[in-house]
Amino acid sequence: MERSAVHDTFSYDRHYDAKPERVYRAFADPGAKARWFTGPPESKQEDVSFDFREGGKETTTTIIGDGTRFAFIATYTDIVPDERIVYTYEMTMNGQRISVSIATIELRAGAAGGTDLVLTEQGVYFDGLDQPQFRREGTQQLLAALEASLTEEP
Amino acid sequence: MFAALADTSRRSMVERLSRGPASVKELAAPLPMSLPAVLQHLHVLETSGLVRSEKVGRVRTCRLEPVALQTAERWIADRRAGWVRHLDRLGEYLSNEAQSPNEKETD
Repeated sequence: MERSAVHDTFSYDRHYDAKPERVYRAFADPGAKARWFTGPPESKQEDVSFDFREGGKETTTTIIGDGTRFAFIATYTDIVPDERIVYTYEMTMNGQRISVSIATIELRAGAAGGTDLVLTEQGVYFDGLDQPQFRREGTQQLLAALEASLTEEP
Repeated sequence: MFAALADTSRRSMVERLSRGPASVKELAAPLPMSLPAVLQHLHVLETSGLVRSEKVGRVRTCRLEPVALQTAERWIADRRAGWVRHLDRLGEYLSNEAQSPNEKETD
């Protein structure tokens, strides 16, 4: 197996017409979070836990249609109510680690009301998945991307 | 990379290699062309970084190269798409919650 570690950082800005307290609650309250932080359709969840406090863990295992198990294992590291949530998490696929990431969610009252949210995620993504089925899928995706890029061209 | 793939013969070579390493002879077998033509296509694929080949004795074995990177890129794309979906759903959730007369969760 060839080893590799690929790093990536991305960030998204959003504005919501709700006060920071309400946006914060959507992340902090288990019932509220379950309403929007959901897995892909046609998947089921197992090993669900949610302990929203510094040092607390959140876990979910998502099982997709073909039986592949994706586990999300997070630890909350920094919580400033209504302002900031930071957690680290790892993702595994069928027990094999795909990535380790830091997610930072920053909330600020918008200049004209509402909330400005900035999500930043920094992660390292591991190989470890160089198995024939992924090789095939990867190639098929590459070919599909090629088709698309060729179709888009004038 | 796309230029390397923008050819039916090269695509079929990549598809063959996606099932595992193969010798040049194996790659050439299903293609209606001469061996030098196959080697020329192979050269384009190697230059693009998609394929790597190695000669042991008289046999040149070819394999797909950038799989580890492709895999990581795929996970990164999934992760980004996942967050876009989550943030959209958060927006829907917040506006639905705002429309409800009761601020508390009811179901």
